[in-house]
Amino acid sequence: MNHLIILPVLLPAVLGAGLVLARRVGLRVQRLVGLAGTLALLTLAVLLLVQATTSAAQGYFLGGWPAPFGIVLVLDRLAALMLVLTAALAVLVLIYATATGWDARGAHFHALYLFQLMGLNGAFLTGDAFNLFVFFEVLLIASYGLMIHSGGAARLRAGVQYVAYNLVASALFLIALATLYGVTGTLNLADLAGKVARLAPGDAALIRVAGVLLLAVFGIKAALVPLHFWLPASYANAPGPVAALFAVMTKVGAYAVLRVFTLVFPPETPDTGHLFANLLLALALATLVVGAIGVLGAATLTRLVAFAVIAGVGTLFIALADFTPQGTAAALYYLIHSTLAGAALFLLADLVAARRAGCGLRNALPPIAQHGVIAALFFVAALAMAGMPPLSGFVGKLMILDANRGPGMVLIWPIVLLGSLVMIAGYARAGSRLFWKAHELAGPATPHPAQPLAFAAASALLAALVALTVFAAPVMRYLDATAAALHGPSAYIAANALPGALP
Amino acid sequence: MELLVASAVGILTAAGVYLILRRRTFPLIVGLAMLSYAVNIFIFASGRLAIGSPPIVADGVLGYTDPLTQALVLTAIVISFAMTAVIVMLALAAHLATGSDQTDRATEEEAG
Repeated sequence: MNHLIILPVLLPAVLGAGLVLARRVGLRVQRLVGLAGTLALLTLAVLLLVQATTSAAQGYFLGGWPAPFGIVLVLDRLAALMLVLTAALAVLVLIYATATGWDARGAHFHALYLFQLMGLNGAFLTGDAFNLFVFFEVLLIASYGLMIHSGGAARLRAGVQYVAYNLVASALFLIALATLYGVTGTLNLADLAGKVARLAPGDAALIRVAGVLLLAVFGIKAALVPLHFWLPASYANAPGPVAALFAVMTKVGAYAVLRVFTLVFPPETPDTGHLFANLLLALALATLVVGAIGVLGAATLTRLVAFAVIAGVGTLFIALADFTPQGTAAALYYLIHSTLAGAALFLLADLVAARRAGCGLRNALPPIAQHGVIAALFFVAALAMAGMPPLSGFVGKLMILDANRGPGMVLIWPIVLLGSLVMIAGYARAGSRLFWKAHELAGPATPHPAQPLAFAAASALLAALVALTVFAAPVMRYLDATAAALHGPSAYIAANALPGALP
Repeated sequence: MELLVASAVGILTAAGVYLILRRRTFPLIVGLAMLSYAVNIFIFASGRLAIGSPPIVADGVLGYTDPLTQALVLTAIVISFAMTAVIVMLALAAHLATGSDQTDRATEEEAG
């Protein structure tokens, strides 16, 4: 067995637990361990990506128990891609958090950060539905701690809402899993794929209930309208770097939808058919509309970015709802893009908020320290997020439109294009309020330390977007292969080595 | 027994949802606890209801009860217990910081 596969879960768990025990060692050691840990995770993720590219999907059987009885981790192209994306984001955001001193404003930042990464990595690697629930809980518990990091009345109140919403989601997840188990008698994803395809005719209604419940749970995680209400308040009130890391949390929902609804409930399933695809497309279009309107009407910059994340999720799910290899590849490209762009915007919003009391958009406020650099970075990030050429958002949206040339085109194209237009107006309004109108007001900028590392981290995220645009062809070759493997999951199922399956 | 278990799940869920919608932290927490009890019973029942059967397959024993759902319930109980503790602490902190235990109050601080 390839023991590298368990390390993305094990390493942050051990380091995080160590940091909790060694709380007295001081911030410097904590920072060192945190940075070394995330860098090690990035190296590990790249190694696993290379392995996933060169060989077929591999299973890792925890405790040596065979697949449908024990828990199995599966490394395939999609899992490896998500690991690399998470680790790269984590390194940059952690550099930002240390450079701006966010990690010093409360206890246990680095430990919670590592636990969050453990939950994310585990959710991407696991091949077992109940284990997916457990890793969801791990990443949520860590996110509760991170979200209220450094305290404050508004943050705590938003935190209660966030925790309550997610606890209800967890209850729904358990009900879905229990229904699934009651019908099929298994929770291993590969085993489920085989069992759901050959179900007794009387169980069709139950399996549909289980599927729609799972879709609702993943929809809550991904913030699909009408289950998105937790997102704006939580992300807008979370500390800047934490919100940037959370940009990958909505993508966990997208990942779970992609995994479960291509493997267990593909459109060829006789009992469910195109039920989920149709539901997803309607919800995705509504999500994009709500997100775009939110971007235009947001009262603060952090809220604007939160709605931009929602709009990004909508665009992503429009491509996902296709359930064709072409649509999935476009969705994956957009997933990488919107994670990086959303995180960059959250970091920039935090840079603005730190230099001004808050980041309101209602009234023009005096200029801030390092005005020009922040304005330029915001311009680039907004350009990318809105989907304007020449950056990756444009390439991603182009591919999503291209994948939707069917009969749905009449509905999808106008909404995507008009949504982009509305969002461009929203960013233009925000940018001019924040940066141009400031010059009409008298008064010099309040001095603020330059923090070159923080700017470097935010710029690196934007540089990654540029790289994603320049190297779109090799990235798409990888993503096309990933999408093909998702829609023909024989290698994934073979990696589970189920008894009775053909070798 | 089916009727008893099914109505227990139904009543606990209904009470839980009602309490969660009460917009104050104390009913919210009690409601979440009720909901998690309902979920636990539901998971337990998804392994089929059986009385007096061992959870292992052994020689000379006819029929057995599904051990897997019991393991799942244990995991779910541990997680929901920990989560209740987290939300109690968080609700207390929010109550002390804001002086109110309303859960749906808009945060004026963020409105620019």
